[in-house]
Amino acid sequence: MTQEHSFQTDGVLTNAHWVAPQGDDRVYDELSDSAPRGTFRLSIPGWIGVAVVVFWIVFAAIGPMVIPWGENDLPFPDAYSEFQAPQPGAWLGTDVSDRDILSRLAWGARRTILISLAATVLAYLVGVTLGLGSAVVGGRIDTILGRINDALLSLPSLMFGLVVVAAVGSSSFILITTAGLIYANVVYRLARAIGMEIVVMDYVEAARARGEGLWWIIRREIWPNARIPLISDFGLRLIFVILFISSLSFLGLGVQPPHADWGSMVRENIGALQYGDSMVPVLAPALAIATLTISINFIVDDVSTYVGGKLSGRV
Amino acid sequence: MSVSDTPVFQARGLTIRVAASDGRPAGREIVRGVDFVVPRGKVVALIGESGSGKTTIALSALGYTRPGLEFSAGSALVDGRDVTGLSRQELGQLRGLEVAYVAQSAAAAFNPAMRIGNQVIEAAILKGTMSRSAAIERARNLYEALDLPDPATIGDRYPHQVSGGQLQRLMMAMALCTGPKLLVLDEPTTALDVTTQIEVLKAVNNAIAQEGSAAIYVSHDLAVVAQVANDIVVLYDGEVMEKGPVETVIATPQHSYTRRLMDAVPKVDVSPGTAPSSDRDIVLEAKNITAGYGKSTLPAVLQDVQISVGRGQAIGIIGESGSGKSTLARVLAGLLVPRSGEVLLDGQVVGSSTKQRPREILRKVQFVFQMADTALNPQQTIGEIIGRPLTFYGGLRGRARRKRTSEILDRIGLPEAFAKRRPSELSGGQKQRINLARALAADPEVLICDEVTSALDTIVAANIMELLENLRRDLGVSFVFISHDLSTVSSFAEEIIVLYGGRIVESGKAIDVLSPPFHPYTRLLVASAPELRTGWLEDVVATQSMRSAAINSAKATAHGCPFFDRCPLAIPGTCDKITPPLQTGPRSVQHVIACHYPIFSDDASLLNFARN
Repeated sequence: MTQEHSFQTDGVLTNAHWVAPQGDDRVYDELSDSAPRGTFRLSIPGWIGVAVVVFWIVFAAIGPMVIPWGENDLPFPDAYSEFQAPQPGAWLGTDVSDRDILSRLAWGARRTILISLAATVLAYLVGVTLGLGSAVVGGRIDTILGRINDALLSLPSLMFGLVVVAAVGSSSFILITTAGLIYANVVYRLARAIGMEIVVMDYVEAARARGEGLWWIIRREIWPNARIPLISDFGLRLIFVILFISSLSFLGLGVQPPHADWGSMVRENIGALQYGDSMVPVLAPALAIATLTISINFIVDDVSTYVGGKLSGRV
Repeated sequence: MSVSDTPVFQARGLTIRVAASDGRPAGREIVRGVDFVVPRGKVVALIGESGSGKTTIALSALGYTRPGLEFSAGSALVDGRDVTGLSRQELGQLRGLEVAYVAQSAAAAFNPAMRIGNQVIEAAILKGTMSRSAAIERARNLYEALDLPDPATIGDRYPHQVSGGQLQRLMMAMALCTGPKLLVLDEPTTALDVTTQIEVLKAVNNAIAQEGSAAIYVSHDLAVVAQVANDIVVLYDGEVMEKGPVETVIATPQHSYTRRLMDAVPKVDVSPGTAPSSDRDIVLEAKNITAGYGKSTLPAVLQDVQISVGRGQAIGIIGESGSGKSTLARVLAGLLVPRSGEVLLDGQVVGSSTKQRPREILRKVQFVFQMADTALNPQQTIGEIIGRPLTFYGGLRGRARRKRTSEILDRIGLPEAFAKRRPSELSGGQKQRINLARALAADPEVLICDEVTSALDTIVAANIMELLENLRRDLGVSFVFISHDLSTVSSFAEEIIVLYGGRIVESGKAIDVLSPPFHPYTRLLVASAPELRTGWLEDVVATQSMRSAAINSAKATAHGCPFFDRCPLAIPGTCDKITPPLQTGPRSVQHVIACHYPIFSDDASLLNFARN
């Protein structure tokens, strides 16, 4: 019997009784009803982002070793003049003090990336621990931490950074600590929100019913589920910290001369826009900041698409 | 063929598959060559277990496939027009105006911040088919057809101000407002209590008859389908197994899968079981439990509840949502500290919270959660989930732990290799098995099962019940089995406690409580369990006890009988003022009924008494 029989007999369409052909020994297993899971794939901008980020990391890692000049060496000590055009021996030209731009860019990459990364890691250590802890413990501790967080969030971050650096002076340690603590506030908020969603799940309740301790619940039940959204936010936070450190340096309160970082390079060489033969001394560090941050953003976009777009809602 | 013969909906060789994306070729066919018709004014049910493709097929009537799927062959004809390839604009006209969808969860379908009435008429006004006043008028008529209370003003309320069953019916009104030719109802009663299910089914039948619209009714429950559908299409793994008029399919099922589905429908069937003797060995006991959430001045959810579980016994707790059964389970497990009363394990008083209970006590009482989806950590493997209690309570590690894990997997009927998988790779039934396995791993004395089959479809639920029976027989574990489904409880538990409004209204041996039922509320529950025959719904709504029962919902009261508002026999001035006395049943002193009425064994003499 074919399925055609059920329709069309004499112009009346009904569901006449019909039975599918059946084997004698067919086993009806329980069907899978789980949704097909997407696999993580990078888009084209994502691939470009990865390429650029890898380029800057490699450049920061081996650039200072390969380039013949140190960050404060003068490639042309005999022909002293500022802002020389790119030429053999100094492929990106020289800066306001006739130092090699390329080598300063490499040293700057190292400093900018390391300081920002350290500050972001610090922000995450503090923010995630307190945020998830707050979500699990709740009650008074949650309220107290929440109010402190509100107070700190109400301060403009750049202003706060300026005041701290102006008061205690600038060093890599101070920069990392200041940026780390400022951004820990934002991370705390996010981690707490994500933690709150997870805490109400039955598997956390099941762990409590089993008698598990607080630390185990945070580490084994909550953290593995908070990890994915938090990791994609880490990239975003890193961008903000890079921009923050660069802004401080541009204002003269970040990395101090004669050391190079990208923000301070833009400031030192800003005169090239008026007096120089080439714009490279300003454009090179500015472009470095822009390409690195935009590239990280491309990667973050792909990750948050995979995570499910929930992240943007929370942020 | 004349125009009037064109069916409202026709699936012709409908095939839906996983779409090609990002260079991957198109995948598995989720639905294969499905043919059926929905004639004008008829209700056609799509029935099958989860994963059978029934919702996917139903959604094709809206020209919709879920993300990642695509129509690959055949057609879905609405009024003779294929809707599988319509443009966005054409779909906009189709959806809501010609075909309307009623989702499973009404709570998720309504915007909590908007008045219900405005949401009901929104589609009609947005699509410009009606003026605002005409739409409001039409909505009112629909509220009336759907048996909703206060049809004139219910539209002014917000979604949280009506009950779950009412919200489900309001969603029907929303779908019907534009006068669609075809309604797609996706498991509209699955999430509801049996008593609420009846009001919704009744309303669905009335509204469809009055509006003359056709409907596709998606369900996994044959007994429910038998009450609403004209024709049945039985699906398994995306293919039609059997189809035909509902009477024919139910009376003479031909396909082995259809018979399987029918066998899985639970019946209210009391097994005499082993009678609890008075000197039985009691494992778990709770005395005078009063519990609630929030401040102690807020009304209590549970009032003065006692329960005792004998060793190796199963005790069933039944009641509708809000009756306090989950609260009782949480108190027993130490997850909620009661306001007063105590919990005893093996005769010893134990701490009221998990923090005060030593590990050995925690091990003996294990809690199995209702939803395996949220009860299993998606980031842990099955091996970690089952292994943790082994380490935590038994100190097993390494090879010993792995060996025990595979033994447990074997016991619950899953292969050893599952230990490496994650919950997302398992089907709903398998996840529920793992959920049980985690509790078993603790080697408990008492398993508290909170609605463990409610979220599952009929066949899977039947398989889980079979597993529970085996565990009980082989391991001698005691069970506290909580469910709103009387038929599931009755076949499993020897003793039953009926909770209503946070109080025990009746308790005793299952056979004494249920055959026949005495308390008016127990009667209502027994009468509400759907039977696998056509015409059951008409019969049951005609009975006395149903008429008043559907109107009001449970509320915790400090005085009188909590069932007063819904009781067909309520005596004003007595039942609402005085706490009902505890009476002993006719056959056993352990059978306790909290009611002002004397105990009668049959309806007729009870009604006679009530009339005088």
